[in-house]
Amino acid sequence: MITTRRAAAIGAVLLLAGLTGCADDKPAAGSDDGTGPVTVKATDSECGLSRTDVKSGTSTFSVSNGGSKVTEFYVYAEGDRVMGEVENIGPGLKRELIVELPTGKYQAVCKPGMVGDGIRGDLNVTGDAAAQVDEDTALKQAADSYQRYVNSQAVALEQKTTEFVTAVKAGDVAKAKELFPISRTYWERIEPVAESFGDLDPKIDARVNDVEPGTEWTGYHRIEQALWEKNTTAGMAKYADQLLVDVKTVVAKAKVVKLNPLQLANGAKELLDEVATGKVTGEEDRYSHTDLWDFQANVEGSQAAVQALRPALQQRDAALVTTLDTNFKAVFAALDKYRVGDGFKPYNATDAEKKELGAVVDALAEPVSKVAGVIAKK
Amino acid sequence: MSERKGFSRRGLLGAAGAAVATGVAGYAAHSALSTEESQAADNSGPVEFHGTHQAGIVTPAQDRLHFATFDVTATKRDAVISLLKEWTAAAALMTAGRDIGQYGAVNGPGEAPPEDTGEAVGLPPARLTLTIGFGPSFFVDAKGNDRFGLKTQRPGALIDLPHFIADDLDPNRSGGDIAVQACSDDPQVAVHAIRNLARIGFGTTVVRYSQLGFGRTSSTSRAQTTPRNLFGFKDGTNNLKLEDTAKLEEQLWVQPEDGPDWMVGGSYLVSRRIRMTIEIWDRTSLGEQEQIIGRGKGTGAPLGKADEFDPIDFNAKTSDGSLKVAKDSHVRLAHPQFNKGAELLRRGYNFVDGSDGLGRLDAGLFFLAYQRDPRKQFVPIQQQLSRSDAMNEYIRHVGSGIFACPPGVTPGSFWGEKLFS
Repeated sequence: MITTRRAAAIGAVLLLAGLTGCADDKPAAGSDDGTGPVTVKATDSECGLSRTDVKSGTSTFSVSNGGSKVTEFYVYAEGDRVMGEVENIGPGLKRELIVELPTGKYQAVCKPGMVGDGIRGDLNVTGDAAAQVDEDTALKQAADSYQRYVNSQAVALEQKTTEFVTAVKAGDVAKAKELFPISRTYWERIEPVAESFGDLDPKIDARVNDVEPGTEWTGYHRIEQALWEKNTTAGMAKYADQLLVDVKTVVAKAKVVKLNPLQLANGAKELLDEVATGKVTGEEDRYSHTDLWDFQANVEGSQAAVQALRPALQQRDAALVTTLDTNFKAVFAALDKYRVGDGFKPYNATDAEKKELGAVVDALAEPVSKVAGVIAKK
Repeated sequence: MSERKGFSRRGLLGAAGAAVATGVAGYAAHSALSTEESQAADNSGPVEFHGTHQAGIVTPAQDRLHFATFDVTATKRDAVISLLKEWTAAAALMTAGRDIGQYGAVNGPGEAPPEDTGEAVGLPPARLTLTIGFGPSFFVDAKGNDRFGLKTQRPGALIDLPHFIADDLDPNRSGGDIAVQACSDDPQVAVHAIRNLARIGFGTTVVRYSQLGFGRTSSTSRAQTTPRNLFGFKDGTNNLKLEDTAKLEEQLWVQPEDGPDWMVGGSYLVSRRIRMTIEIWDRTSLGEQEQIIGRGKGTGAPLGKADEFDPIDFNAKTSDGSLKVAKDSHVRLAHPQFNKGAELLRRGYNFVDGSDGLGRLDAGLFFLAYQRDPRKQFVPIQQQLSRSDAMNEYIRHVGSGIFACPPGVTPGSFWGEKLFS
């Protein structure tokens, strides 16, 4: 796949997670001659790369998780633009990331527990591959890059929802409660894409008042109510089965969806609208109060879409890029106050706290809403 | 009660000497603010209270609203009848621009509180109308009890509204045994009217909730221009208008065959408090806003047309083959063509109740719609909208009510008299 000229030219990432699963590659440690795969030792507290200088072009990262938490590995360009990522690496597992990196400065990031800024280190890419592209190419790259992001999230969504559904059907209330916000993270990151598939969104994500009389209430929140209000999974098996069927359908569709740069820009805005209307108010996860997981995921999804557009934005409106960087940081900093371990405190914020969160989201959403106009400008 | 004449507010001013100058000047200034449309419908004089139909339905929509619903606390039928008689008498006086009571606001004995609260003294009638309606709970309580011996008089069309998708109703902004809609071109005149009715009702009724509105969001007469809602779009272009007399019989007024008899000439009111997520709408692109509504923001013309009143072409396509007026646009889903010909007479108002605790405008549209039968009009239209309207992302229905509004009052009669006879 990566050999096609188009893919190679646009800094393609081929994500093997979910395709090869926990491929048991031969260990590269100890014999790093500067050309083979970069091995990444991820634990709960470190993110060790076998080398931090690589040549421009295709690089392979072989990530093994020696920690106790599920982790993720990212290669970020400036502003946390995702160049490549591998999701959902369980303890003891190894996954590979193959990524095309033009000359420049990057960061390699492990995210134990899959939340927060992660453990970061510099990654220098040298060589003669050109880093600068013209505006049209930059826009095209943006769409392709975001599409890969959607793909990787979709794969993880299916995996984590499968685990969640398994726990529900096994009657393991504790496990199901633990997995509920995690599986939703992947949904919330790509929500505008998922929502574009008509009837599936209400089947998967409807709150009780979203349902018309005569229609059955199904999906995440149906199970959420049983788990938190009644502390049981009794009677939930059929909803769990249906949820997985629906999620698989979304995933299949998301993998082939074609997005243009304007849709990215609008998607980034819509994700923040979701935060402003449903999450800040605590209406989304009204039984579990895990709204802040969704909140964080929406903002991350928005950031991924904006950052995919970053090179094009940088050329057209550098000041806007600076504002976006600052304001994304402010939102994550506001969220950090509510963090506990790998997750978040139950969301029972006071009005003053909601107002503070709402204010940083509005401050971010306003410049994000300008992105589409900048992108559309000829 | 009929001997109570009430004080003319202008008469009072005349008697008050020095107040004349300021009072008249105030009145003149008010008239000077008149726009073209208000010359067609004098926006200071009184609207006739008596008539075949209640005023305030097809009356050219005034600029301001104070809407209130009341719960009846009295348990005796006679108490309700007395209240309605008192209210009717007060309404007739207030809509004529008079104080209520024998002595009005300032001419009574110094030892007693004034009969009229007084804040409308010196103000013109400002086209005040008061319109009453009875909710389902007026006939039977939550347990199904026949409260005032009226259970069999409950009209079939006065249904309990079904739950619509995404309804997020606040019980403290919903329901009510009796609704009173006060419309006026002066907010103080409308507030004065509800305040005095609430006061008369103490001991018999309690206010359940009330809502202030400004900036009418529809026209009920062809003499009026189309106003804008808080989304910045013209609202009510294709509204039923008082000039469409044949259509009003078909769509608005209860006919003899509809039953019950006491409702003939009346109409059914549905109220919805629709919260708009203003801040989010404001960061939506102009193109998307227009797609959602199905009309241009500037002209109000249907997409693909030039003039506001051009007929909508629902089959017109753009060069890339997509519909000019999208399938999930508000204008299409609400159009009679896609609702078995059902129409509504809307006379909603913008509201801004300050800001919520999050620093966002607590604002939106207080939707008021009159119709002959909600089962054939509001309900199917709203079901269709709640399922598919692209606008749903930017609005939330947070309050709801349905009321049977009896026909008009003849002199010497009172609101809903036929219901009790």
